[in-house]
Amino acid sequence: MPISLLWAVDVYGRVYSLSTVGQQWEQCRDAQMEFKRVTAARQCCWGIACDNSIYLNVHASDLPVRYQEETYENQRWNPVDGFSDRLLPSDRWQWSDVTGLQHQPLDGFLLPSNSWEWEGDWYVDENFEGEPTEKGGWSYAIDFPATYTKDKKWNSCVRRRRWLRYRRYKAMDTWAKIPSQQTSLPDPFSDISCGGWEVSEEPRGRLSLWAVSLQGKVWFREGIYHHNPEGSSWEEVSLPGEVVQISCGPGDLVWAVLWEGQLIVREGIGRDCPKGTSWAMVDSPSPDVGATHVAVGVNVVWALTKDNKVWFRRGVNSHNPCGSGWINMVGEMIMINVGLNDQVFAINCEDRAVFFRQGVTSSELSGKTWRTINVPRDGDRSHSSASASSLQSAGCYFCGEVQAQTAASDVESDTDKVSTDGANCLVASTSPESFVDAPTDQPTETPKPRIPKVTSDSFISELVSDREPGKCSRDKAPAVLEEEPLTEDGEVKASSDGVAVPQSQSGAPLDLQWSNVDLEEAQSQRVQTGAVLEEADTCSLSSVATYTLAMEDPYGADEHPLWAWVSGGGCSVDSHSQLSWFNCSTNASSLVQSVHSMGLSVTPAQTAAWKKQIFEQLNERTKRELDNFRHYEQAIEQSVWVKKGTMQWWRDWKPHKWMDVHFALEQFSGPEGNKDGILFIYYNFYEEKKYLHAFINEVTILVPVLNDYKHTFAIYTPERTKQRWPIRVAAATELEMHDWLALLSVSCCDSRGIQGPPSKQAIWSITCKGDIFVSEPSPSLEAAPYPTPCDQMFWRQVGGHLRMIECNSVGIVWGIGYDHTAWVYTGGYGGGFFQGLASSTDNIYTQVDVKSVYIYENQRWNPVTGYTNRGLPTDRYMWSDASGLHECTKTNTKPPSPQWTWVSDWAIDYSVSGGTDREGWQYAADFPASYHGYKTMKDFVRRRRWARKCKLATTGPWQEIPPIPLSDVTILPCAAQSSVDVVSLWAISNKGDVLCRLGVTALTPAGSSWLHVGTDQPFKSISIGAASQVWAIARDGSAFYRGSVSSQSPAGDSWYHIPSPAKQKLKQVSVGRTSVYTVDENGNLWYRQGVTPSYPQGSAWEHISNNVRKVSAGPLDQVWIIADKVQGSRSLSCGTVCHRLGVHPAEPKGQSWDYGIGGGWDHITVRGNSMEPPRLPSLTDTLLQS
Amino acid sequence: MADDKDVLRDVWFGRIPTCFTLNQDEVTEREAEPYYLLLPRVSYLTLVTDKVKKHFHKVMRAEDVEEMWFEYEGTPLKWHYPIGVLFDLHASNTVLPWSIIVHFKNFPDRDLLHCPSNSVIEAHFMSSIKEADALKHKSQVVNDMQKKDHKQLWMGLQNDKFDQFWAMNRKLMEYSTEDGGFRYIPFRIYQTTSDRPFIQKLFRPVSADGSMHTLGDLLKEMDPTALPNEGGQKRYQVVIHGIEPLLETPLQWLSEHLSHPDNFLHICIIPTPTD
Repeated sequence: MPISLLWAVDVYGRVYSLSTVGQQWEQCRDAQMEFKRVTAARQCCWGIACDNSIYLNVHASDLPVRYQEETYENQRWNPVDGFSDRLLPSDRWQWSDVTGLQHQPLDGFLLPSNSWEWEGDWYVDENFEGEPTEKGGWSYAIDFPATYTKDKKWNSCVRRRRWLRYRRYKAMDTWAKIPSQQTSLPDPFSDISCGGWEVSEEPRGRLSLWAVSLQGKVWFREGIYHHNPEGSSWEEVSLPGEVVQISCGPGDLVWAVLWEGQLIVREGIGRDCPKGTSWAMVDSPSPDVGATHVAVGVNVVWALTKDNKVWFRRGVNSHNPCGSGWINMVGEMIMINVGLNDQVFAINCEDRAVFFRQGVTSSELSGKTWRTINVPRDGDRSHSSASASSLQSAGCYFCGEVQAQTAASDVESDTDKVSTDGANCLVASTSPESFVDAPTDQPTETPKPRIPKVTSDSFISELVSDREPGKCSRDKAPAVLEEEPLTEDGEVKASSDGVAVPQSQSGAPLDLQWSNVDLEEAQSQRVQTGAVLEEADTCSLSSVATYTLAMEDPYGADEHPLWAWVSGGGCSVDSHSQLSWFNCSTNASSLVQSVHSMGLSVTPAQTAAWKKQIFEQLNERTKRELDNFRHYEQAIEQSVWVKKGTMQWWRDWKPHKWMDVHFALEQFSGPEGNKDGILFIYYNFYEEKKYLHAFINEVTILVPVLNDYKHTFAIYTPERTKQRWPIRVAAATELEMHDWLALLSVSCCDSRGIQGPPSKQAIWSITCKGDIFVSEPSPSLEAAPYPTPCDQMFWRQVGGHLRMIECNSVGIVWGIGYDHTAWVYTGGYGGGFFQGLASSTDNIYTQVDVKSVYIYENQRWNPVTGYTNRGLPTDRYMWSDASGLHECTKTNTKPPSPQWTWVSDWAIDYSVSGGTDREGWQYAADFPASYHGYKTMKDFVRRRRWARKCKLATTGPWQEIPPIPLSDVTILPCAAQSSVDVVSLWAISNKGDVLCRLGVTALTPAGSSWLHVGTDQPFKSISIGAASQVWAIARDGSAFYRGSVSSQSPAGDSWYHIPSPAKQKLKQVSVGRTSVYTVDENGNLWYRQGVTPSYPQGSAWEHISNNVRKVSAGPLDQVWIIADKVQGSRSLSCGTVCHRLGVHPAEPKGQSWDYGIGGGWDHITVRGNSMEPPRLPSLTDTLLQS
Repeated sequence: MADDKDVLRDVWFGRIPTCFTLNQDEVTEREAEPYYLLLPRVSYLTLVTDKVKKHFHKVMRAEDVEEMWFEYEGTPLKWHYPIGVLFDLHASNTVLPWSIIVHFKNFPDRDLLHCPSNSVIEAHFMSSIKEADALKHKSQVVNDMQKKDHKQLWMGLQNDKFDQFWAMNRKLMEYSTEDGGFRYIPFRIYQTTSDRPFIQKLFRPVSADGSMHTLGDLLKEMDPTALPNEGGQKRYQVVIHGIEPLLETPLQWLSEHLSHPDNFLHICIIPTPTD
């Protein structure tokens, strides 16, 4: 889970954010003014400041917000001047947009606001439809408007070229004012809410922003996109009444509260109409008391009424945005907000604390309980200026001051503790609890500060004025202020003795409190009672901090923060998130901390002394008791162990079908302690008992084939791989299947002596189901002329779910999920269904992936009714899969396997190749044919694609690299000399940006940040060779070479355009030590000829093979592919791992293919295998010797 | 850096080199050679000494053979204590191999339980596991297991199959992260100086204020004399599996990693040797 922020505003208008991994509210220092409200999305936060203007804070990202401005220069040929800017009067402007209708001179382009800057000057685009142009970027045509070509012909009368200039949004991580429109808005804004990013598939950045003005009008901000974070204009939305507050969810829910206390719901919000069309009215939850506040998420609506009651709306979804009824919930709140994953945040009316609703899951959207977010603010500490650093170092041990802020119930238990402490300890004051508790008593003695009453329409100014009396009296009477803590302390002193005395006597001089002497004293006293040092630090530190604040800041930590507004729209938490927002209220002794660290994930640096001691002593014990006696006989002889079960088996003979079998694994230890086993499948053949067996040491891979109706897995041996016919068995339950898989996998690894994490040289591959496999290459894998046959490679599974994976020979491994999330390998093994011993305990993390399931709605045209869902009898199903052969309706289509759960509803998918009309339809003459996105006279059938998202949660040795989603990644296939060497890593974002990762080393494989590398068009594939030669494929199918990439200049300097093979659009590239291989969209594999160190771009493409899906070229220039249509002796397979044979420096293209595991494979990377094969004596040597 | 799982392996594969010598009073047909064996610390004497029995039977007449029992320096060894506990309690800080005297007559009925067959050991082992799970999970985990799962635990111990045993035993070691540990820690404290066989009481892994109890906390409550006294003088060694963990070691971790297969944490308190 990436780090994200919860935003909040306190009653004084100060903006704070709380990180999901943080333990304190960080004040947003940049905010020069007070804010009334904030509304957050993941990438930005909007706010209304006290000047009533709207401000935007875009979070800095490695991926800049940049916009490409373009304009066309048009010229016409005449006999006198040749091509010149003298156009005919009927012609377009000399400078125009692509259509020629709009006059667009270069100097006519202005920056939209002060938040933008130009990246450079205008320049000519030299590329035309993926081909480099001759010179000057001109393309030619007979006349305007016509078809342009890059070649000048005899009849070319006009020409044009494209000019480009980029502008960049510069106001990152700062509150930038949104320029008000020329027609200034009638009245200031009073509420604001953003959301709507899930309404369409637009890349991250599209937002719906709704605002409410003081007069109760509602405004919608048009045109907010990634390239235009500020949006373009405000549009008024007509209303049935006056609105006081509005809430917009991530999806299509928008609710607002009217002055009169009813609620209105926006209807008709969709991809084409983010603004919606009309309002529907919903009554207030309670007939007598009007609603004051509403908050919506994806599928939830929460509301508050004037009496501060909390209400949850039943039955809300995108088909029924109004829901069906209200449920009264526990708690009294004055403000409520729904964040990501429908998680709920609220501010209660009693003490204005921020609450988090615990236990909100997709099946239990209303959650379980309210839990206070109980963390200090950074401001609380930095005020005590003298020793900010030591305060920092004390970190989360600041329990004292937090306890002072907790509710009354805590106070009781604390006082309780004091009395017991007093009874038990020799000197009560030496016990840290007594100090910790000292400030706790304060609220009970001093009158409780009046908490301003806030209604939904109240403002900061009112809040502050509300506070005025209290504040004044405090300001006017500083003496009283100073005495408060003194009397306070005096009481402690009265009941006890010891450290409290010097503290209260020293009074003001704080630096004294911080002296080492003081700390040491506290420590020495703690040491005697045998407790932990940190606790002592905590007590004296926290008590000091409390005093400091009491004197310096009237709103200091002696009272808890009073919150006015909270926004969770950018806060990526769910019910499983491990948050440390609530822990501070417990007595945070150091032991609690060490427990957290020791639990399951101990990183080496944190290994506690006690654990080290145990490791060391166990080693000593082995030396003492075992090492000299290893020749002794073992008391227990190793013997055979059998696990049996019943399964179904896809029988080998025709007709193939599932039959019940007995399944048994017999494991035994060999004389040298090595383990082996045999797998038996006992079946009946015409009443005769027979069996099939496989030796565990011959099994090459176990592939789970979990689908929606059977828990299947496939067992391969080299022979079975050749046949393309594995042993297929099915377990009764998913659990049973995983038990077997885990057990068989362990025994396979045992029999081959494989344990622990994969080596740095490992070959990684991924199946079409996203399962990850890894194989240890033998040194002779790349040997010539007799390499290890590909079908003998042993693959073991690693937990996790990925779409692609890349690695290099220093052990850096990156993967990309189906949802484009980037993951880095942590060095662990196991995870997923590997439990207990087959999995490392460190380095295993939760991994979530999301993908879409697609079905097609098919219709046929008839003259009477037009398009209907009544097809011809010969037609395909009216709801089908892509092939049309299988019926797939919305209701009967299940997630791909039980591991996946639906996370969205069915929605029309507009992002289909070929384009669609406004309703998502694609038209064709007949099924099956090629479809196009517009209707013609010849079209009699149409179809549209529906998508539904599903989610899988698993575990594996992977850690997320937020926040930029990727579509490709490549790592320098090097042999780095030392572990600190920085390794080049390039990637393509899912929007097509080229990125270069900085700070990647073997020790820090995740790197530190992205460097954006500018391109003129989006890219889709990238690869870096051993000599830092970077090749990339653009979305238009052409190749590019990046010049001058070196360790000094990791991003290189410029792109060189490489034309693609004739009439082929390239899809993927892989660069080995010197070889460059590409795959095109028609499955052809191409080798780049003529690549030399002095001319790295090479000269021409040479065709190597067809039916290729993907290629991976490694640091030895070895070539591996995923091939389709591989014929085995019993069956055909698609998606097969293949190895190019006969590759050597004189023959870099190789000679033939060797077929390995498959089908169903999607991806392979051999870029980690830099193991030179052992040199075999050549034939002549052998002859000479004999 | 070592992993927590390596601890489990080290614990399981702990071995004590032992020299079995026949009691001089036994009647033999010819001289009995001593028998050397590596005994698993986590197993039980009578479970792993079939070879010893066979070895000495060869030199004895069948009519002179009664139930076999073991003695170390005059102390009859209780087979129902794990071997490691017997060694740590009686023979730590002595020269290896551990010298055990084998008897075939005069069974000390007052000191030892009879062990006619392995099924007695199995019953004892399984009842310990059930008792431990009653403390840890109110017996919920062990009751959810099937008969074959129980068998797997026992077979794992009997055949020294670490993987087989732990594939099942890990379920007994689970707990919800909310609780922060087991309900109670199953432990037994053995003292050489006490007449009581061992101390076993209810003790929670997490204190009322949420902090984790340590080995020191446990001893403070159960046997404060075992802790170093005011002067810091260490009069007793606190030994688990032949090692002395630091007193600040969290008890929950110890229970998960240093328990015997019977799921109890067996702690031996022995006097510090005076050199």
